[in-house]
Amino acid sequence: MSAPATGVPATGAPARSAGPGQGRAFLGVLGRDLAVTGKEFGTFLSQVLMQPFFLLFVFGVVLGQLGYVTPGYAQLLLPGLLALNAFFVAVQATAIPLVIDFSYTKEIEDRLLAPLSTRLVAVEKIVFGASRGLFGSLVMIPVGYIVLDEVTWDLSGLPIAAVLLVLGSLAGGAAGLCIGTLVSPRKINVVFALVITPLLFTGSTQFPFLQLGNLRWFQVICALNPITYVSEGLRGALTPSVPHLAGWVCLLALVAACALFGVIGIRGFVRRALD
Amino acid sequence: MSTDTAARPASERTDGTAPAVEVRDLVKRYGRSRTAAVDGLSFAVRRGEVFGLLGPNGAGKTTTVGVLTTRVTKTSGLATVAGIDVAADPVGARAVLGVVPQRPNLDRSLDARGNLVWHAAYHGVPRARRRALADELLDRMGLAEKASTNPDELSGGQAQRLIIARGLMHDPQVLFLDEPSTGLDPQARLFVHDRVTELAASGVTVVLTTHDMDEAAKLADRVGIVDHGRLLALDTPSELVAALPGEATIDLTLTGADVGALRGRLTEVRGVAGVEEIAGEAGLDGGATHLRVSVDGEAGAALPPVLGTVADAGATVSQVELGEPTLEDVFIDLTGRGLR
Repeated sequence: MSAPATGVPATGAPARSAGPGQGRAFLGVLGRDLAVTGKEFGTFLSQVLMQPFFLLFVFGVVLGQLGYVTPGYAQLLLPGLLALNAFFVAVQATAIPLVIDFSYTKEIEDRLLAPLSTRLVAVEKIVFGASRGLFGSLVMIPVGYIVLDEVTWDLSGLPIAAVLLVLGSLAGGAAGLCIGTLVSPRKINVVFALVITPLLFTGSTQFPFLQLGNLRWFQVICALNPITYVSEGLRGALTPSVPHLAGWVCLLALVAACALFGVIGIRGFVRRALD
Repeated sequence: MSTDTAARPASERTDGTAPAVEVRDLVKRYGRSRTAAVDGLSFAVRRGEVFGLLGPNGAGKTTTVGVLTTRVTKTSGLATVAGIDVAADPVGARAVLGVVPQRPNLDRSLDARGNLVWHAAYHGVPRARRRALADELLDRMGLAEKASTNPDELSGGQAQRLIIARGLMHDPQVLFLDEPSTGLDPQARLFVHDRVTELAASGVTVVLTTHDMDEAAKLADRVGIVDHGRLLALDTPSELVAALPGEATIDLTLTGADVGALRGRLTEVRGVAGVEEIAGEAGLDGGATHLRVSVDGEAGAALPPVLGTVADAGATVSQVELGEPTLEDVFIDLTGRGLR
């Protein structure tokens, strides 16, 4: 791999071959996304914190002080907001850039031409979205501890909580891939209004799923929202005194959501990427 | 043109003896469309060659390049780059080809240098080499001062040069340029042309699509003319022009000849396709005759026998004008005048 004297620089083509090269290409594409996030870190952070912070503040603090919610409510709310952020930040991180990339800027083309299978580029999108989602969820922990008065977690549940957050973020990234590849840019606003808002309020974020017995139809709808299983699973792990779904149900449901969204999303991605 | 194999580090996985690009009976039909965008196209590009794909809009050029660059899936046929079947091993093919697309697609989240450095990262160029390589290419493309500029702030010509630099970052064996100078000003076009010539000299095979005749004639060693997804002609620009029947002209202004007899004798000269008298401006040239002799191939080649015949007929030539056909005449002859 000698330095080129003139003309086209040699980059050591003989050292490259398809097998191990794909791993490097994958890391390269992921590295690019992470580097861009790093450059816009302040924007990213405010974007991630704003909505959950206000939810936390109004539901956890304001309504509590006014006496409209019982003191234990914050204990129930924080795991829900961690779940919400894990899924939502991941959805947004994956879906929005893809809609723009595929329809207008074509900026993703250079990555589609990397020596990496198109499916792996799609997987990278999921992993990147999930990493943003995971981060967005973790930064809510200190925020929650600062804003809310009474939060006590069962720390022995942390490992399972971590697994749930990773799965929830991955499901969010995969769902974002579905939206990003199936929705045209003209409809993205409508989709966000019709899909995102209901997801926001049916994820058992602000209430425990099992206590919805009197609102059976709503409970059924909540059961279809993957966020429900992150919220409930986290409650089971961190605040077991709040009524919650069994952990294995949550894990199973999330693995299924990852698989379902993953398959649809990757197929959609390959279809958009290749003519 | 160098037929490199030793000059450049060919990837171990590629077949050094295979053509740089080969397309055989390639067919691409989009979706439910009944007509094929590419309809049984076959051609091969030699290593180190600059190959031009020429055709009207919608002829199938971009689709063909799309298949070769793994972005379009073929319907049937074979397409290889550096001996790698692009459909069977798209990942391997992407490692040995570079693409300069028709539409700028620079990454606007990164600056100019970032576009190059990350491209190198995708292609597994060692970290230690990326930045030096990027700076070297920025310099070569006249963009050294734009290294930290966002692509949004580059002019069309600068963006195009940056895209070419990006395509070269991973040292491809074959570079595809899809309409490389569309929308560029003459200076930028010339710069791009010079870089293409330079690349070819250094052993990179270049496949370019264009509908700019001058560009094709100037840059390409060989040109394939495509229309309706089919190959109509394939040869060097000069051979294509030479093969054109009766498109070159010799305009003669002469005096002292029996025009009727001379026309008859000229028609018998080898290579002459026709002779017609064209009206001169009466009074200005005092009874001179104007003849337009249409010849096959190049006008210059037919000139001596034509002049000889005129002299034999006892006429005096006062003016000769040669009209050489261009690649454009070949193109129009093959693809017609109809608008697309």
